[in-house]
Amino acid sequence: MVQAVQRYVGGRVLRKEDSRLLTGRGRYVDDLALAGMVWMAVVRSPYAHARIKAVDVAPARDMPGVVAALSGDDLASEWAGPLPCVWPVTEDIKMPQHWPVAKDKVRYMGDAVAVVVATSRALACDAAEAVQVEYEPLPAVTDVEAAMAEDAPLVHEDLGTNKSFTWSHGGVGDVEGTFAKAPVVVKERYWHPRLIPNAMEPRGVLVQPGLSQGDFTMWSATQIPHVAKVTLAMVTGISEAKLRVVAPEVGGGFGSKLDIYAEEALCLALARRLQRPVKWIEERSENYLATIHGRGVLQDMELAATEDGKLLAIRAKLIADMGAYFQLITPGIPMLGAWLYGGCYKADAYWFEYTGVFTNQTPTDAYRGAGRPEATYAIERAMDALARRVGKDPAEVRRMNFIPPFSEPTALVTGLQADSGDYEATLDRALELAGYDELRKEQKARLDRKDAKLLGIGISTYIENCGWAPSSLLGAIRYAGGGWDSASVRVLPTGKVEVFTGTSPHGQGHETTWSQIVADGLGIPFDDIEVFHGDTAVSPLGFDTYGSRSLAVGGVALKMATDKVVDKARKLAAHELEVAEVDLDYESGRFSVKGAPKQARSIPELAFTAWQAHNLPPGLDPNLEASATFDPPNFTFPSGAHICAVEVDTETGKVDFLKYVAVDDCGTVINPMIVDGQVQGGIAQGIAEAMYEEAIYDENGILLTSSMMNYLVPSAVEIPVATLDRTVTPSSTNSMGVKGIGEAGTIAAPPAVLNAVADALSPLGVTDLQMPVSPQRVWHAIKNATGRNGGPA
Amino acid sequence: MIPAEFNYEVADSVDHALSLLAGYGPEAKLLAGGHSLIPMMKLRFARPSALVDIGRIAALSYVEQDDGHIRIGAGTRHHDVHHSPLIEAGCPLLSFTAGLIGDPQVRHKGTIGGSVAHGDPASDLPTVLLALDAEFVLTGSGGATRVVPASDFFKGFFETAIGPEEILTEIRVPKLGASSGWSYLKFSRRAQDWAIVGVAAIVERSNGGIGSARVALTNMGATPLRASSVEQALAGAERDAIPAAAAMAPEGTSPTSDTNAGANYRRHLADVLVGRAVEEALGGP
Amino acid sequence: MGTRRVSLRVNGVPQEAEVEPRTLLVYFLREGLGLTGTKVGCDTSSCGSCTVLMDGESVKSCTLLAVQADGREVTTIEGVAEGGELHPLQRAFQENHGLQCGFCTPGMVMAALGYLQKNPTPSEESVRLALEGNLCRCTGYTNIVRSILAAAPAMNGHAAAEAGVPGG
Repeated sequence: MVQAVQRYVGGRVLRKEDSRLLTGRGRYVDDLALAGMVWMAVVRSPYAHARIKAVDVAPARDMPGVVAALSGDDLASEWAGPLPCVWPVTEDIKMPQHWPVAKDKVRYMGDAVAVVVATSRALACDAAEAVQVEYEPLPAVTDVEAAMAEDAPLVHEDLGTNKSFTWSHGGVGDVEGTFAKAPVVVKERYWHPRLIPNAMEPRGVLVQPGLSQGDFTMWSATQIPHVAKVTLAMVTGISEAKLRVVAPEVGGGFGSKLDIYAEEALCLALARRLQRPVKWIEERSENYLATIHGRGVLQDMELAATEDGKLLAIRAKLIADMGAYFQLITPGIPMLGAWLYGGCYKADAYWFEYTGVFTNQTPTDAYRGAGRPEATYAIERAMDALARRVGKDPAEVRRMNFIPPFSEPTALVTGLQADSGDYEATLDRALELAGYDELRKEQKARLDRKDAKLLGIGISTYIENCGWAPSSLLGAIRYAGGGWDSASVRVLPTGKVEVFTGTSPHGQGHETTWSQIVADGLGIPFDDIEVFHGDTAVSPLGFDTYGSRSLAVGGVALKMATDKVVDKARKLAAHELEVAEVDLDYESGRFSVKGAPKQARSIPELAFTAWQAHNLPPGLDPNLEASATFDPPNFTFPSGAHICAVEVDTETGKVDFLKYVAVDDCGTVINPMIVDGQVQGGIAQGIAEAMYEEAIYDENGILLTSSMMNYLVPSAVEIPVATLDRTVTPSSTNSMGVKGIGEAGTIAAPPAVLNAVADALSPLGVTDLQMPVSPQRVWHAIKNATGRNGGPA
Repeated sequence: MIPAEFNYEVADSVDHALSLLAGYGPEAKLLAGGHSLIPMMKLRFARPSALVDIGRIAALSYVEQDDGHIRIGAGTRHHDVHHSPLIEAGCPLLSFTAGLIGDPQVRHKGTIGGSVAHGDPASDLPTVLLALDAEFVLTGSGGATRVVPASDFFKGFFETAIGPEEILTEIRVPKLGASSGWSYLKFSRRAQDWAIVGVAAIVERSNGGIGSARVALTNMGATPLRASSVEQALAGAERDAIPAAAAMAPEGTSPTSDTNAGANYRRHLADVLVGRAVEEALGGP
Repeated sequence: MGTRRVSLRVNGVPQEAEVEPRTLLVYFLREGLGLTGTKVGCDTSSCGSCTVLMDGESVKSCTLLAVQADGREVTTIEGVAEGGELHPLQRAFQENHGLQCGFCTPGMVMAALGYLQKNPTPSEESVRLALEGNLCRCTGYTNIVRSILAAAPAMNGHAAAEAGVPGG
C-alpha cells in the first residue's frame, strides 16, 4: 500500500478539536464530578490591607453539609513550602513568603483568610458567608510611585520597604553621552494600566486522592500541568512521583493560567486531609480578585535622535507594580520586554532598567504578551512622538530607521541576535492595504472643513522575541525553569499514530497542527493521528504552553521525533528489502528501492513488522517510536506592521474604527487558518487594552471594576474586522523556520490604536494621551489642550 | 454564585400575588423576568425571604390600544415591546428603545414593568416613558387601582410610587401624532452596557420649526429627569435655537461619577446628546 | 424552604425533578441532568456562556431559576446536532474557525441559533448586535460572525429539507 500524497503543512486544515467542543462534549474541570466529591469555597478579605485579629470558623463548621472550615493557622502544618516564585531576577531581590491562606495580615482585596468545605456548591457558599473574621484595617498603597515614598504603608513589614529590586539590562554604547549631545530628545511617560485577563473559563481545581497508595490526581484549569507537578510537590510535600496533574479542556489562559495558585495547593491539602475528592470552581467576581492581573507599569521612555529623525539612543526606565505578592514569574515580566525597547530600529546606544514595587493589590504576572506589549507600546508611541517632533510622516521616520532585511542572526541595538526580518516589506504591504495616502487626504479634508469628527492614522511596526530559550540563557537571567520541550511519536502496529507532546494547549489547536506535522512526516492520514497532551502521566516531559513557544519549541521537537521515526523505519525497510539505507528513496511514508520503485515498504507496514519482531535488524527495538527534545539556540522574532484608522468624535470623545490592517510575519506557517485566528484574536485583545479595559482600584485598594458589568471586555459590536496579510521570512532559529504568533496581535495593536487617536487629536494640540482611550479620557485631553469642551479644530 | 435560600410561590393572578406578598411581609419580592433581581441575589446583595413569581400571569402580558393610548401589560417582555406592531405604529420611540436594553437574552426575559418598578435611573425605558408622559396603573388588594403619571412616579434612587401592597399592572402611553418626531440616544461604551447618559427627545414640528419639545435624561440624577429648561427654551423656537437650549441640559441634574464617567463629563454629554437628539427628532432641514 | 417539583422538556426529553427554589437553571442542567455543555463564565449575566433556548428563544440560564423553567421546552448545545451529524451552524463554526478554546462556544451557538431561526437572512451588523450579550476572549469575533453568516443559507436549506421541500 502506498499512502496518498498529501501535504497538510501549510494548508487550511479544519480543527479536529472542534466537533467535541461544538456539541458540548468538551470536558473542562467544572464538567468533571467524582463520587463523594466535596466543594471548597474560599473566604476572602474585603480589605486591601488589614491585620487579621481573629478568624472564627465555628459558625461555618456547625452548618449542615459542612465537612471542614479552616483558617490560615489551621492549615499552616499542611505546607512544605510557600507558593513558588521561580524568577528572583536579582541577587538582592526582596522576596516575601506567600502562603496559600493568610495568617497575620491580608495584603490585597481577595487575599484568602479561610476555607470551607461542604457537600454541595450552594452549601459551601453558605458556609463561607458564615465565617467570622475580625480585621484591623490598615492604610493601603495602590500607586507605584507612592509605594516607594519614605512613609508609605509597608505591604510586607519584614522587608522594610515596598521596593523589591531594580534590574538593569546593563546598557549598550554611550547612553549618557549620546543623549547629552543629541539635537532632538523625546521624553514620554506612559502608564500601562492593570488588566484583568478574563479567560472565559474561570479557574477550577478537582483533586482525587488515591484509595490506598497515597497518590493524588489533580485536574486543574492550567496552562502548565508539568510545571505544576514539580512545584506543587514542593508546596504540599506530596511526593512528585505520587502526583499526577491533568489539564483537561482548558477555556483560554492568556497567561492567567500560567501560574501556581493557592487553590491548587489547598485542594491537594484538603483532599489529603479529608481523603475525599475536593473541587473548587472560581466565580467570575472571585477571578477578578484571586487570579493574577497583567501589566501595571509606569514607563519613562526617552529617544535621542538627529534633527531629521534618525534614532541615536533609547533609554527606558520602568516602575512595575508587583501587587501584594510574587506569583510564579511576577518579578520577571518586565524583563520579557527588556530587549525590545529599541523595536526594529537601528541605534547606537540603549539603556533599560526596571524597579519592582509591592502594592496592596492583586499580584500581577504574565498576561498575553507579558513585557513585550509594554515595550512595543513605549517604542512605537515614542516613534510617533519623534515623527511629530521632526515634522515627518510616521511611516517615513520608521522606514529611515529600520534594520535592513536579514535572514541570518543579526544584532539589535539591545544586543540580542534577531533570527530574521524584513520590516520594510511588511510596512509597505500594510500601507498599501490600508490605502495610506487616501487616508491622509481624507484626514486633511476633514481638518480643512472643520469636521467635528477627525480622522487619525496609527502605525505600529513591532518586533517581539518569543520561544524563550536556550535553557542556559534562562539560567543566566535567574529563571529557575528550562526553555526546552519534548515530543514522542509512536506508530502503532495497525498504522495509527499516537503523539505525546509537552505543550498544553487551551485553544491553540495543537491537536490539529501537530497532526499536520506528523501526517506529512510519516505519510499517515491526518485522522489516524491522536495527539495526547496536558497530562503528566501520559506526556511526562514538557514545559507547557505560554509565551508563543509551543510551535517554535514543542512543534520543532515533534518534527525531530517524527524524523527519528522515519530514520528508524528506514533501517527496518533497508533490512527487509535487503538493500543499503542509501539505496532507499523516501516519500510520503513510503520507502522504495532506487531504480526498483515497486520494491517498497510503507510506514504502517513497517510498524506492523516491527511489532511482530520476526525479522528485526540487530539492535532495533520492536517498535516504531521515538522521542525528541528541543532546546532552541535562540528566541524567534516575529514582526509586522499594523495600521489603524479611527474617527474621533471631538464632541463626545468617542472613537470609532474605520480600518485596521495587520501584516504579520511569523516565518513558516503550518496552518494559515489557525495563524489568522491567533492574529485576529490577539488584535481584539490589544484593542480591548487600548480602548476599554482597566482594573481600577480606589485609594483604599478596593477594586471598583469588580465584575464583567464594569470591567469592559468588548463584544462583537465593539471589535472591528481586521484585514490580514502576511510576509514570510523563515526563522533561522529552528529547522522548520517557524516563529510564534500567539501574542503578536496583542503586542502590536495598542500602540497602533493610541497612535491613531493621538494623530487625530494632534491638530488640537493634544500631546498626552493614556490607555485606555475612553471617551471621557479623549474629552479631557481635548479640554486640557484647547480649554474648550470639544468640537472641531 | 448561588442565591441564599428563599421561599418560592407562583402567583396565578394579581390578586393572588398581592395576598402572597401580604402573607410573607416586607422581605418578600416580586419576580417577573428576574433580570435585575436574580443577579443581586446571586451576589447576595439581595436576600428576599420569598419570591412571588408573577411571570406566569398571562393576563399581565398584552399590548392594546384605545383612541389616544397604547396600553401595555406590565408583564410584557422587552422583546415583545420591541416587536409590537401596535407600539411601533403608535409610539415608535418606545419600541425602538426597548431594543436597546441589555442584550437579546435579557430582552427575552426582562419586562417593561420590572424595568419601571426597579426604578434604576440608568435604565432607558423609565426615561422614555417620562418623556412620553406615560401613566402607570397600580393595583392594590381587591383590585383597587390608581393611576400615577410618570412625573410623580419616580421618587428617588431605586424608589418609585409603588406602595408595599401594590403591583404595577399596566403602562399607558399616549400615541405620538404624525407631527411628532422622536429620538433616543444612548451613550455607552459597550452595546450591552447601561447608558452613561441617555437622552429621549420628542419634538412637535411646526412649520419647519419646533412647536414644543419634551426632553428627558437617563442617568443624570437619582431618577430619570425632564430637562425642563431645555423644553422651555425650545418651545416655539427655530432650529438654530437648539445649541443654546441644549447647553441648558445639565441644569437641575445631579449625575454621579463612576469608572466610566465623572459627573462633569456626564453633564457635558447631556449637552451634546440633547442637541443631537433634538436635531434628530426635528428631522432633516 | 423545601423543594419544588419541576417538569420540563430538555432537548425533547421529558424531565421531572425536585429542586431547591434557589437552584439556577444552569446548575440544574449541568449538575442535575449532566448536560455540562452549557457553561458558566460570569456571575452578572454579562458573558452569555450559559445561553440556552427556552421555548425557542435565547435566555441566560445563569439568571433563571430552575423553577422558572417548569413546563417549558429547553434546548441546550447537546440538543443541536442530529443523528451524530453536526448542525449546519455547528459545521459553519468549524469551517470558519469560529472557536478556539471552545468555552464560550455553546453559548455563542445557542444565541446564534435562536437568532437565525427568526432572522434567516441577516446582515453582518445585525449578527454582531445579536451577539452583544455573548463574550469571547479568543477569536476577536470576526470568525464567529463569519460562521453565523455562512450558516444562514445552509440552515435555510436544512429547514427546507426537514419540511420535505427541495433545499434552497
